[in-house]
Amino acid sequence: MKNSLTNDWVLEKIKSEFDTAVIASSEPYNLLTIEVSADKTLAIIEWLKHEPSLLVAYLTNVGAVHYPDDKGREIAVVYHLHSLINNFRIRLKAYLSVDNPQIDSIVSIHSSANWMERETYDFYGVQFVGHPNLTRILNEDSMDYFPMRKEYHMEDATREDKDDRFFGR
Amino acid sequence: MGKIEDLHVINGEGYQLTRLEKVVGAARANSMWPLPFATSCCGIEYMATMGSNYDLARFGMERMSFSPRQADLLIVAGTISKKLGPILKQVYEQMAEPKWVLSVGACASSGGIFDTYSVLQGIDRVIPVDVYVPGCPPRPEQIIDGIMKIHDMVRNEPLRRRYSDEYKALLNKYQIEGNEE
Amino acid sequence: MSNSRDSINSSSLNRLSSDTIDGDIATLNLGPTHPATHGIFQNILKVDGEKILSSEQTVGYIHRAFEKLAERRPYNQITPITDRLNYCSSPINNMGWHMTVEKLIQADIPKRAQYMRVIIMELARIADHLVCNSVIGVDTGALTGFTYVFQEREKIYDLYEEVCGARLTTNVGRIGGFERDFSPRFHEKLNDFLKTFPKVFNEFDSLLSRNRIFMDRTIGAGPISAQRALDYSFSGPNLRAAGVDYDVRVMNPYSSYEDFDFIIPVGTQGDTYDRFQVRQEEIRQSLKIIEQAYNNLPEGSYKGDVPEFYLPPKEDVYNNMEALIYHFKIVMGETPVPVGEVYHSVEGGNGELGYYLISDGGRNPYRLQFRRPCFIYYQAYPEMITGQNISDAVLTMSSMNVIAGELDA
Repeated sequence: MKNSLTNDWVLEKIKSEFDTAVIASSEPYNLLTIEVSADKTLAIIEWLKHEPSLLVAYLTNVGAVHYPDDKGREIAVVYHLHSLINNFRIRLKAYLSVDNPQIDSIVSIHSSANWMERETYDFYGVQFVGHPNLTRILNEDSMDYFPMRKEYHMEDATREDKDDRFFGR
Repeated sequence: MGKIEDLHVINGEGYQLTRLEKVVGAARANSMWPLPFATSCCGIEYMATMGSNYDLARFGMERMSFSPRQADLLIVAGTISKKLGPILKQVYEQMAEPKWVLSVGACASSGGIFDTYSVLQGIDRVIPVDVYVPGCPPRPEQIIDGIMKIHDMVRNEPLRRRYSDEYKALLNKYQIEGNEE
Repeated sequence: MSNSRDSINSSSLNRLSSDTIDGDIATLNLGPTHPATHGIFQNILKVDGEKILSSEQTVGYIHRAFEKLAERRPYNQITPITDRLNYCSSPINNMGWHMTVEKLIQADIPKRAQYMRVIIMELARIADHLVCNSVIGVDTGALTGFTYVFQEREKIYDLYEEVCGARLTTNVGRIGGFERDFSPRFHEKLNDFLKTFPKVFNEFDSLLSRNRIFMDRTIGAGPISAQRALDYSFSGPNLRAAGVDYDVRVMNPYSSYEDFDFIIPVGTQGDTYDRFQVRQEEIRQSLKIIEQAYNNLPEGSYKGDVPEFYLPPKEDVYNNMEALIYHFKIVMGETPVPVGEVYHSVEGGNGELGYYLISDGGRNPYRLQFRRPCFIYYQAYPEMITGQNISDAVLTMSSMNVIAGELDA
């Protein structure tokens, strides 16, 4: 497949369009990773989809990571995007504070973000503003905590049949 | 069947002496209709058991009943999560007596490798189980072994067991409404 | 006479329509446990007679918290978890995970190991597509194909057992290659398979592909256009049936796929018949790839040089201090890994299966996210069945090959 875009060229193009929004960039394992400010993610992703020289129109993945030690930037929302025409992949990251983890939803641009954002909300509590139905998807509706955050155990706290002493915990 | 005592030669149809329990047990065991409650990987091994190589149909289980009202063996194969627990109980309650439960796989028996916040650690938290088949997933031969043990239980079950006090206590333990006579 | 019957009928109708039936729209609950849904998914359908007007989905009945589980386990112990994602083709999941870690530690894998991986992955793809297609047949009422196909799957299980010992959840290979070379018995069995499978497959194909009843049932059932499929981030056979030729093996080749010559089948309408035919053709292409890989299997080692992840041979462990330390560290799970984040994807049975791994240098991953194709394309199901009959909805679900383990993780 042709791969005519290079990481540097794309980074320059994004910086020239959204100068203040790009906070940092790196290329771990040759995948262009750009840290953007959280209020501009919707604009950047929309621009990436429609910009004729880029056409990054395929949303591969939406996820989140919890860094409890990074005060003020605890929850990172990570978008993986792919341009099928140019065979170019890109990763966008936006850091949110755990007290108010709000970010714009990209459902209006990529329909597949619907469930992926619900899953991210279910696991980390990220509030996607503008999402049509932000409810829990994989866990029970009655669950009152966000299980993938680092402070919660993997095991169910209420189980009485397994003795933790024998399970190495 | 039972031993023939006092063999008299009669001109006519003749008769055979046995216990009603044995006849009923044999009839029930050799024509069970299972309800495959297959959720994940063990379900695929169950499908392989139904296939022509390991052939469950030769044990009388030709017709898989997918409606609980017409089934007598509930085969739970796969992980049951906490979200699915009440549904499993509802399916169990819809089955008519006599009914048996076979738990196939480590996840259904005890939660398996998934000791997590969302997985029910064994279906015997919500319904009474008769035979557990361990394995992840168990080979079809193991599943057939489990079914053989169920057949043993079915053949030797006393006729009044379902109306006995112990059985009622068992159902009460799981808060399942029994079928009143 | 007609007057009295009309009056009786109209009065009874009046009683019914005002109390019980809400106009003409009925709500039908398809699931969560239903013989037609292959897996546990709930769809609450609003139907007008037989036509579906809208549907609401509930998933998460098999949520087993793989991502939380992966944060607890060292890298080589995560492979059994990846098995249980798309359990019909578990070797592909395993190899994808191994390749992700190899990308992280920047390990070099010899050509022979890569070709061996390709053979096992294509066998897994054949097994997955066989299940899906035979189940489409079962849902239309053709039960014979199911029994033929499962017999062939037993042969594939035999091949897996020769390599790794397990039938379904294989946990095959190691980070770095394989634990042992292919045994002579494996070569025998693979040769047998390559000779006998095409004939049986053609029999199965002849039952369904040009069968008038099957074609009438499946053509036009659950269509999706290429544009909507891309909006919903479809991948794999479902996307290819809609007309887009996106295949991770061709776009971002891994494990020497660029050495092989195969075509990517695409459909036109994205309906059930197209999905069926795309999978049938992919089985043929996979056979072609296996033959090419097997006939050109290069000499060399079956494992790469990654002593931190790969158990050393027992003679070395008993005689050599370094090997003993490596053995201890690997079994205890204390292998050092560089800090970094990597995303790697493989072409799974259902599409682009991706692994997003963030490592902080410790024994467990800091974050491992699975990009599961089933989860992403199942969102489009309500749109695909709106306006169709209930029986078409059932067919659409089975033709999308939704595997519960991959949907809920």
